[in-house]
Amino acid sequence: MGNNGDAQELASRLMRMVIVGHVDHGKSTLVGRLLSDTGSLPEGKLDFVKDICNQQGKDFEFAFLLDALQEEQEQGITIDTSQIFFHTPKRKYVIIDAPGHKEFLKNMVTGAADAEAALLLIDAKEGVQEQSRRHGYILKLLGLTQVAVVINKMDLVGYDEKVYSKIKTEYSKFLESLGVEAREFIPVSAKLGVNIAALKDEMPWYKGPTVLNMLDQFEKKPRPDHLPFRFPVQDVYKFDERRIIAGRVESGKLKVGDRVIFSPSSKQAVVKTIEAWSVPEQPNAATSSESIGFTLDEQIFVERGDVCTLMDELPIVSTTFDANVFWMGKRNLEKGRKFTIKLNTQEVECEVHEFKKAIDASTLETLSNQDYIAKNDVAELTLKTRSPVAFDLFGSIASTGRFVLVDEYDVCGGGIITTYSPITKEDKLRDEVRTRDFNWIKSDIKPEERAYRNGHRAVLILITGEPLSGKGPLARTLEYSLFQNNFQSYLLDRRNVNLGVSADLSESTVEDESARRLGEVAKLFLDAGHVVISTSNAFHKEVQEDLRLLANPYQVIEIQVASQPTGEPDIILSLDEAQDTKIASTKIQDFLKEKKILMGHNYSI
Amino acid sequence: MDHLDELENQSIFILREAYKNFKNLAMLWSIGKDSTILVWLARKAFFGHCPIPLVHIDTTYKIPAMIEYRDHYAKKWGLNLVVGKNQKALDEGMNHEKGRMVCCEALKTQGLHCIMEEHGYTGLILGIRRDEEGTRAKERYFSPRDKNFEWNFKDQPPELWDQYKTTFADDTHIRIHPILHWTELNVWEYILREKIPIIDLYFATPEGKRYRSLGCAPCTGTIDSNAKNVEEIVEELKYNTTTSERSGRAQDQENTYAMQKLRARGYM
Repeated sequence: MGNNGDAQELASRLMRMVIVGHVDHGKSTLVGRLLSDTGSLPEGKLDFVKDICNQQGKDFEFAFLLDALQEEQEQGITIDTSQIFFHTPKRKYVIIDAPGHKEFLKNMVTGAADAEAALLLIDAKEGVQEQSRRHGYILKLLGLTQVAVVINKMDLVGYDEKVYSKIKTEYSKFLESLGVEAREFIPVSAKLGVNIAALKDEMPWYKGPTVLNMLDQFEKKPRPDHLPFRFPVQDVYKFDERRIIAGRVESGKLKVGDRVIFSPSSKQAVVKTIEAWSVPEQPNAATSSESIGFTLDEQIFVERGDVCTLMDELPIVSTTFDANVFWMGKRNLEKGRKFTIKLNTQEVECEVHEFKKAIDASTLETLSNQDYIAKNDVAELTLKTRSPVAFDLFGSIASTGRFVLVDEYDVCGGGIITTYSPITKEDKLRDEVRTRDFNWIKSDIKPEERAYRNGHRAVLILITGEPLSGKGPLARTLEYSLFQNNFQSYLLDRRNVNLGVSADLSESTVEDESARRLGEVAKLFLDAGHVVISTSNAFHKEVQEDLRLLANPYQVIEIQVASQPTGEPDIILSLDEAQDTKIASTKIQDFLKEKKILMGHNYSI
Repeated sequence: MDHLDELENQSIFILREAYKNFKNLAMLWSIGKDSTILVWLARKAFFGHCPIPLVHIDTTYKIPAMIEYRDHYAKKWGLNLVVGKNQKALDEGMNHEKGRMVCCEALKTQGLHCIMEEHGYTGLILGIRRDEEGTRAKERYFSPRDKNFEWNFKDQPPELWDQYKTTFADDTHIRIHPILHWTELNVWEYILREKIPIIDLYFATPEGKRYRSLGCAPCTGTIDSNAKNVEEIVEELKYNTTTSERSGRAQDQENTYAMQKLRARGYM
């Protein structure tokens, strides 16, 4: 599709708008007026509402059109978000009328979260109020920066330009402090229909667009197809012979034959098919916003929460990160209490590690030395999750860089991930590995080509178990047996690494750093395409985790020799089985063949 | 990707979230166009299968053709159909002459309570849409109901970035609305595109009458129309939207807040 086609396609799509602002500044009236002036009301609707007004002995107001709930009319405020459809000659709109009362921030957030542009209403007579600022701040936090300010009720101030200019100056300054620039400040009277659909004579000093013109100038957000591929796994289905990984493409593109990697587990496979039911033809590719499902060429363990990406565009994986959070909970967001974070399809327990800055969102004042935030406030903070999560910075990929916080049963907060600096040792190491991988100078020989020549893929075989369980002899037999079968095997003995590469390390620092060096050496052998065999003591769980991290993105197979196995090893051997090293070695090789790691020579890939 | 694709993809996402997060889930199938496209979307979401049981609340006053259609496609599409009735109220002679709202409450709302209790459903998928009427415009995709099935529309959970309310206290349940963001026109355009077999009560009779919304025979009226097939309905809706969709549904017109009252008490 050419540019022209894209532009047409974008223009034909529905534009999602939100109208926000302080309570009673006239949001519902504006929406009612827009509906009426664009001829978007169903016949009889106006009369229906007029009848209700008569029944209740009130003057008709446009706002009543929207206030479909009884309570709302009695209190005269929009309790919840309404979605109203209307159209201009250019395109269709859905307008979200969000409540302005402070108590209903969560409804405003619900309305604004998936809008593409916003109108922020300010009452000319009352000027900039608490919610005017709070809503401005929340829009920024939601990533909604396409904003125009509508200064309403100009009829009540005699259409005075000075009033307009004063508000414009004050609010521009506020938005500027957030890094947001309003597209326009439009003076209107929604009640009387001034400058809504047509520029009227009341304010000859105003030369800008009407509200409708402004709406038509807003741009549709392009779909994030150009960004790295992100696919948070929603579920895995086995309704028939197919094992389908289901989810939605959040950004980028996927095609059949792509090698994909799942984070945080780092498992890999190749996309075999993209499945679909009742479509003209079976798809062979998918792009952002599509809810799809695909099958893989091998049966790796994948579950909801895993984030599927392409090999060279990995997400960040960490247990800590910095975020900007807004809070809507009845109870405070505070240190020392556990919450659940929902980030795409990942769901993990978390807590606030540190409050960097607590802010009153209505004034932007910093609430100093405050280790909590209350309802309606915002904070810059560091979160710590119980297990690693995969994500991106909001600034690079918005849909995988935002999350909500759940307190007990309820979604109570939302946030965007601003920066990431590792705090724990594990996070630091993971980070090093990622920096290494991103900057790694790749050989012209592809891993697939090495695999074809060698008859096997590169793999790290980690034989784990208690001391004296026979890991060493088994490793030696396996290395020799693989070699005899023409495979490139190498037994990487930690003692040898310590003799040379790690000879400079003192006893006290030896553990972490020597593990890291062992891992980096293994990575080089893996990069050269070898089957690398190493052994690890069962007590050194951390070492094993480090090795797995460092071997990334190559596969690690754990063979555990134990009477009572722990963790999730790929193969378990009893002490007796490990004694007979030949049989054990054959068993391991059979497993590697089954997993298509040992493929044999001249195997076509 | 056009607008219908967008709607379809979002609905599939919601159906999958529902299926993953609720152990005991059911989908309400009224036989009308909306819940029928819901069945279709489920088969899209689950690659030809509908792993969620379909509940039909039979008031026994339904238009007979609806029951025939229901049984035919339940069999053809391999659906797990569960039919619910409020037998006690029917035995006591409940009908619309006792008052439309009273009747709806007893046969539909209470009928639903009975079947949900019997099967222990904690999640219920419904085909309501925001553009149907004002009260439904206020709904969430995942909307909690308390132990008395009541809807607290004043205190609804926030919904942002496709994160829904999937955890809840033991004595509550969740209503899930995967096509909340569709319009009546979208529904018909989708039926046309996907060639979904739809009950022919929606098509105009030679006398120029058709149903725009389906319900119980005594309380559902026809509209004047010459739209004899799906294409013609799409055209009719595009250019002649003069009356509201539920104008044929008597219970809505009972008084100003009829629907709000019914819904707050657990009506679909």
